[in-house]
Amino acid sequence: MKADVVIIGGGISGVAIAYNLAKKGTTNVVVFDDNYMTGGATGRCGAGVRQQWSSKGNCIMAKMSVDFFERAQEELGYHRDIEFKQEGYLIVATTKEEDEQFTKNVALQQSVGIPARKLTVDEALEIVPHLNRDVIVSATFCPTDGHLNPFTMTDAYYTAAKRLGVQFFYREKVTDIVVTDGKIEKVITERREVTTDKVVNAAGGFSYEVGQMAGVDIPVYSENHEILVTEPIEKMQGPMVISFSKNIYCQQVPHGSFLMGRSNPQVPKGHDISSTHQFLDEMAKTAVELLPPLGNLRVVRQWGGSYNISPDRQPILGDTDQLAGFYLACGFSGHGFMFAPMTGLLLAEVIRGEPTTIDLAELHIDRFKNKEHTAYEHSVV
Amino acid sequence: MNKNNVIICRCEDVTLQELHDVLEEGYTTFEDVKRILRIGMGPCQASTCGLLVQQEIAKFLGTSVKNIETHVTRPLTMGVKLGKIKEAADDES
Ligand SMILES: Cc1cc2nc3c(=O)[nH]c(=O)nc-3n(C[C@H](O)[C@H](O)[C@H](O)COP(=O)(O)OP(=O)(O)OC[C@H]3O[C@@H](n4cnc5c(N)ncnc54)[C@H](O)[C@@H]3O)c2cc1C
Repeated sequence: MKADVVIIGGGISGVAIAYNLAKKGTTNVVVFDDNYMTGGATGRCGAGVRQQWSSKGNCIMAKMSVDFFERAQEELGYHRDIEFKQEGYLIVATTKEEDEQFTKNVALQQSVGIPARKLTVDEALEIVPHLNRDVIVSATFCPTDGHLNPFTMTDAYYTAAKRLGVQFFYREKVTDIVVTDGKIEKVITERREVTTDKVVNAAGGFSYEVGQMAGVDIPVYSENHEILVTEPIEKMQGPMVISFSKNIYCQQVPHGSFLMGRSNPQVPKGHDISSTHQFLDEMAKTAVELLPPLGNLRVVRQWGGSYNISPDRQPILGDTDQLAGFYLACGFSGHGFMFAPMTGLLLAEVIRGEPTTIDLAELHIDRFKNKEHTAYEHSVV
Repeated sequence: MNKNNVIICRCEDVTLQELHDVLEEGYTTFEDVKRILRIGMGPCQASTCGLLVQQEIAKFLGTSVKNIETHVTRPLTMGVKLGKIKEAADDES
């Protein structure tokens, strides 16, 4: 088998890259994924889409991705619903320091055209009346942030890419990448060999390992982030509510259930994605403190998934001088679902040698060689 | 039998017709149909529909139901390990 491009990983990044390549005319693309579709982080994520970031790179990626999500249903010609809901993200400050940081964040967000604004406690309660007013100091709100169904969104890209000629092989693991004299020769899977000189590493939690197959060092690691879903109830909360200091994000999805997660500062690095009772305990305490009526909801299910973390918590996108023809789309640090439209577009541009829509310097792996690189994304749960 | 009138997943209101449509589209594992249709994602966590869905997939693929993978069971409806209960009890004491 021969391919112009082999993509390793068929999560939201892989399918978005495949679709963008095919749309531009590179249709001999093969995607391998060792799991069922969305078996990686994509099917485990909160699928929230927000533009309220503290680093410019993340703000621009998010804004342009939201522009695509708004037209995705039509552009991809999808027969199911991607369930894009835009009722905003309400980010609450619970300390004075956070309040000050948020003023700076909003200034940055507005400077790149993101319609975010600061809110008083009263204004925040108008939008989410069941917030505990004793806990919050202020908030920021961006009405065009929102949420998608991660399964149908991935399926929408997949279906469109397949229609354009991309071949997908789920449940087929890539076991090696053969490199001779600094040139990629082929990709080896459990079932076949594919001759190619271009490989995309979109392997999510396993992108470090896939880099190693090709002798490419990528400064990322993985860690488990847990999440739960409740029974569905009638709609009572429009926006996603987040607090970095309280360590919670919580959203009611169109189906009616609440999705919520938080991170564990003590979580070890690695590929464990199991569920713990400690998470349930901490999640329950945090959710009921910030959003008291949620204490009445029954938990239906909990699970875990990988965050693939980069040194500055911004993604690593583009080529690398370590190996010609090897491309990176990893290190999303817990927010790669919402960036997928831009990940797909930018990677397709780089692979095809076209000028990129935005300057990639902030997101290229070479930024870590630069001692003056100080960007760091603080706004992460 | 009108397959639109047969509910295969009661928690999420999924009909037999919807399941057959997705199988026809080429999604033929429990994990795939679960994610597209929400089958098994409701309060019963597939304890009611699980076997029925496996049987439909087996029929569609012309194979025996024992060859069809069951869905992944996740907490909270799963048996709890004694060790985990002990850990929780130790934490509290
Ligand atoms: C609990 C949780 C909540 C989150 N919430 C959000 C959110 O609200 N918003 C947001 O934008 N992001 C969120 N994220 C992050 C988001 O899920 C990820 O950044 C995004 O899904 C990454 O997509 P991906 O396609 O790059 O990786 P993945 O979806 O992980 O896909 C990578 C795929 O590569 C496959 N693979 C790996 N190695 C191999 C191999 N050797 N051969 C073949 N296949 C291989 C894997 O099986 C996997 O399917 C969250 C993540 C978690 C865990």
